[in-house]
Amino acid sequence: MSTTSVARPVGDSPPVDGAGPAATPRAGEDPSSPHGIPAHDTGAGLTVVPRRNPWTWVGVVAVLILVAMFVNGLATNPGWDWPTFAQYFATETIIRALGTTIQLTVLGTIAGFALGVVLAAMRLSHNAFLRTVAWAYIWAFRSIPLIVQLLFWFNIAYLYQTISFGLPFGPSFGSVQTNDLFGALGAAVLGLALHQAAYAAEIIRGGILSVDEGQREAAAALGIPRHRQFFRIVLPQAMRSILPNAANEVISLFKGTSIVSVLAIPELFYQVQVIYGRNSRVVPLLLVATVWYIILTTLLTIGQYYVERHFAKGSARALPPTPVQKVRARWAGLALRARRETAEVAR
Amino acid sequence: MITVTAARKHYGSFLALDDVDIDIPSGSLTALLGPSGSGKSTLLRAIAGLEGLDGGTVTIDGRDVTAEPPQRRGIGFVFQHYAAFKHMTVRDNVAFGLTIRKRPKAEIAKKVDDLLEIVGLDGFQHRYPAQLSGGQRQRMALARALAVDPQVLLLDEPFGALDAKVRTDLRQWLRRLHDEVHVTTVLVTHDQEEALDVADRIAVLNHGRIEQVGDPVTLYERPANDFVMGFLGSVATLGGQLVRPHDIVLDRDRTTALALDAKVADSPGVITATVERVVPLGFEVRIDLRADSGERFAAQITRRDAAELGLHEGETIHARATSRSTVVDHDPALAI
Repeated sequence: MSTTSVARPVGDSPPVDGAGPAATPRAGEDPSSPHGIPAHDTGAGLTVVPRRNPWTWVGVVAVLILVAMFVNGLATNPGWDWPTFAQYFATETIIRALGTTIQLTVLGTIAGFALGVVLAAMRLSHNAFLRTVAWAYIWAFRSIPLIVQLLFWFNIAYLYQTISFGLPFGPSFGSVQTNDLFGALGAAVLGLALHQAAYAAEIIRGGILSVDEGQREAAAALGIPRHRQFFRIVLPQAMRSILPNAANEVISLFKGTSIVSVLAIPELFYQVQVIYGRNSRVVPLLLVATVWYIILTTLLTIGQYYVERHFAKGSARALPPTPVQKVRARWAGLALRARRETAEVAR
Repeated sequence: MITVTAARKHYGSFLALDDVDIDIPSGSLTALLGPSGSGKSTLLRAIAGLEGLDGGTVTIDGRDVTAEPPQRRGIGFVFQHYAAFKHMTVRDNVAFGLTIRKRPKAEIAKKVDDLLEIVGLDGFQHRYPAQLSGGQRQRMALARALAVDPQVLLLDEPFGALDAKVRTDLRQWLRRLHDEVHVTTVLVTHDQEEALDVADRIAVLNHGRIEQVGDPVTLYERPANDFVMGFLGSVATLGGQLVRPHDIVLDRDRTTALALDAKVADSPGVITATVERVVPLGFEVRIDLRADSGERFAAQITRRDAAELGLHEGETIHARATSRSTVVDHDPALAI
């Protein structure tokens, strides 16, 4: 929108020279408030209104036409097959598959970030060996594509038939068959978590580095032990820069669970494939998955907003309003204006 | 009592502390004064344990703390840039050292309320540091440091980031606070006026060494050398010697100036100079002068004396140091 303004006369006075056609009041139009934008009285008998740019409107109309065509297509194109979509959207199979997807996301996130914290601490350690190990881990797991890694874990029983518990190079207290310990789901969670940990570690490390060294020193001077300095002072402040990136990671992990379908785990995407493999209604079933992914990502985004707001405490003089508060303020403002206008009319 | 013995610290090839010895008596307010890079902050941080030493020892109240981390030294530390815990309210900031020590809730509440009253922040308990002014943040930082009943309070240029007016107010407030709480306090500053204003002892540092330690009057009137003299107040070079500008007398008549001069054995003698500028500074008037030798210096005389003399620019005048003036031989090696 243009910020420049042109002045034009109020009421019946003739148009000002050079104001152009856009500034000329049309008959029957209230000149003080075109398009509902409040006009300001300059005090010189002129009213300031925002300048209009015809190309903005051309653009708006063009986009509106495209959106309308798409929506029309969604409604009228029989290819979308909405009845099939409605039929499968909330079936038990799909809901159960959705549960598996959520389970994979939650477990992958928790295990991934837990390991990520450890790796980040190692990366920031004074000990060169720990630093190198963490660096190598991150290097390795960021280099291997997730799908390749998942297949490796799925086939781990081929490399190690049994896993025994005991002392390293010493006696064993017992062993289990690798395939019993690592079902497909176990392999999937392990793969997702190990993959996630590498990324989480870098995000957490960045967040910790963003906290001023003076904060830790101030805590040390107050007589606070080292681990408490980290958990009470450094981490809460690091969260501010960790969270947006972490939320990104969780969302991409949530969608990344669809890759797990290669291990024949009955998660959302796999189940959808199974169903359209049977009835050949590919598009409506992909749409079922799509809509669920969108719904859950939206929920995650809303959650992210409030968690970030919580950790923003103290970093700004005032917290940004929540959408609910914004709507309420807007509503209160509109109501106030309406009341003022009726009062003026009455007068 | 804090005792630092033979403290030595390198940063690469830069020697920040060069065998520093200093005793800081219990209950005193000592200022570490020096230009930037003189090692004053390093010394303070070494006392706090925030900086390790390459050599030497630090003892606090007879306990050798050289190998102890800061959290076990019983100190309170205030940073130039406040280091407020941004994610906590004022109340939680001040209480933090106590909550972590798991003191009873009632005791913490009382202590925090008392401290916030002392630092003039009652009513601000629930604000976040971002909602405070610089001066308020620094007072909060002081309350936070005092909450844990430190044996020593260490302040690293605490008023450095504040504007001139707030700085003056806060340092007088700090002086009064110290008279109330009596905790052994060490203050780092590069501002001689601040040191003279608040401290009862001043240690002047330069190039990682302590040049002189003493009370403000001794340091001002009997500086150990050129550097100390130059750092505490302004100086004029008169005939190869350093003199305070307000210790210079001006006389139109050379004979009376000479006659007075005979009484003083080590004064620089009478210098004949030309008046270059007369600058009224309020109570005093500064006279910028150029000696016949070409050397420029400034004298500071009272308004009344200036009126009596009625000096004009371009006029010739005789100058010499008063009989009780502070004079130090000029040593170019120590020059600032």
